[in-house]
Amino acid sequence: MSTLVLDGVSRWYGNVVAANDVTMTIGPGVTGLLGPNGAGKSTLIAMMGGFLAPSAGTVTLDGTSVWRNPEIYRTIGLVPEAEAMYDMVTGWQFVLANARLHRLPDAEGAARAALEAVEMMPAKDRDIGTYSKGMKQRVKMATALVHDPSVLLLDEPFNGMDPRQRLHLMALLRRLGEEGRTVLFSSHILEEVEEIAGTIEVIVAGRHAASGDFRRIRRLMTERPHQYTISSTDDRRLAAAIIADGAADTVDLTSGSLAVQAPDLGVFVHALPRLARDSGIRLLDVSPADESLESVFAYLVAR
Amino acid sequence: MNRVVMQLTVRGLLGRRRAVLLVLLPVVLLALAGLVRWASGGNLQNSVNLANGFALGTFLPLMCLLIGTGVIGTEIDDGSIVYLLAKPVPRRTIVWSKLAVAWGAAVVFAVLPLVATVEIAGDDGARLGWAFAAAGALAALAYTAIFVALSVVTRNAVIIGLLYALLWETVLGGYVPGVRDVSVRQWALAAAERILGDQAAAWNVTSAVGLTPALVLLAVAMTGAVVLAVRRLQTLRLTTAD
Repeated sequence: MSTLVLDGVSRWYGNVVAANDVTMTIGPGVTGLLGPNGAGKSTLIAMMGGFLAPSAGTVTLDGTSVWRNPEIYRTIGLVPEAEAMYDMVTGWQFVLANARLHRLPDAEGAARAALEAVEMMPAKDRDIGTYSKGMKQRVKMATALVHDPSVLLLDEPFNGMDPRQRLHLMALLRRLGEEGRTVLFSSHILEEVEEIAGTIEVIVAGRHAASGDFRRIRRLMTERPHQYTISSTDDRRLAAAIIADGAADTVDLTSGSLAVQAPDLGVFVHALPRLARDSGIRLLDVSPADESLESVFAYLVAR
Repeated sequence: MNRVVMQLTVRGLLGRRRAVLLVLLPVVLLALAGLVRWASGGNLQNSVNLANGFALGTFLPLMCLLIGTGVIGTEIDDGSIVYLLAKPVPRRTIVWSKLAVAWGAAVVFAVLPLVATVEIAGDDGARLGWAFAAAGALAALAYTAIFVALSVVTRNAVIIGLLYALLWETVLGGYVPGVRDVSVRQWALAAAERILGDQAAAWNVTSAVGLTPALVLLAVAMTGAVVLAVRRLQTLRLTTAD
């Protein structure tokens, strides 16, 4: 049982802040690090894995600092995002080399067990250069599991996996978490994270935006005001009708078209056509202002 | 030193496409030696000129650059070094293992071709061969250590190393008096000068520095490069986020 603690961790590159005063505790079980691309997830994982010094704050593993401390790798297994491995050796040779670098008493047994866990035994004697992206991902996983670590850090492990491999890795991570290991993985896809992670930490623009189980995060994301941009034959009269009806709490005409913010998606989409018909107004265009994940996360931060 | 790191390093050095250059450049050098032999019929001065000029001044630093960046620079560039760093292995063990492979490769692909060049182009018994073997081995020790350190310090190691090898060591180190004192090539030549004894001056195999200061400077350069490489590897920034 191991616990990673980030305490007031910030990291900046010149003027760019990649992580901003992040404090979180990652304990046994599966934790998902969720955030849009460029939010600073990789930076955080690099700091947790001892590959990047925090500009401020501390990262500790069971009370000892992880920076400049190679001994932590007896406890930590790392699955990097970068795809590059040693293309000119076979999967078996590579995982075995990793086991030997850990000076395991039974390196061959450990390598076999790790490759079995990721179901890569059938292809173990092929050069890594010939593997598909998903197979490489599984060999990376095997190198991280080979010394039976109690902490596992995975940077975007589902990238490049086909659905079957994805399901398999999800089951594997879930099992590792149930065994009492501390498993942390990053992803920018909510569905992936809520499928297996008991705890979700949301990172947006370097900040720790939310923390909790998936129900809480899901609620935060869906029960937010929805924004629409509308153009019609008479924006001004439509705005008045929408406000009078109470289907939206904000209407804005300053940008040339009609911008609406509605607290409840269902109520608004049913009210809009009715209001337009009753007022004799034709709707020319109705589009959600920004439904991208970034805007969902941005809402969490601004909250 | 760690046997597994060395094995992976050897596979990495010889398994990539650039390994072709490790064979191609020595072949070019040996072909040149054969040409010199054919044109001048074993004239010793011509043999010395080839060995002392192109072979020691350009070929050897280039080969050491290829090898020094090949044993660690490629792994840092593509990020695969993370598999070595995420292990409870001291960073100095990683650096020494990589250097051992680099030195071995430099002897096989650079120093032996240098000696063969002298033997093909013309030798006085085996004196020239021994003299350039000593100079080449010393230079290879220092060059590979410097280029390994450079690979850890900067992602532009090949460009900077190329400028250093061609401008500093070949051009400036050959002619500019002040630079000659701090040139690996000149330090290494001190050993060749000592072995050739009285005839060194006649063959124009002369170093800007004496043997003792040369050996001291070589040791200082190597130690400095190793210390720098270990220290920078301890704090190597490994993230795609920046």
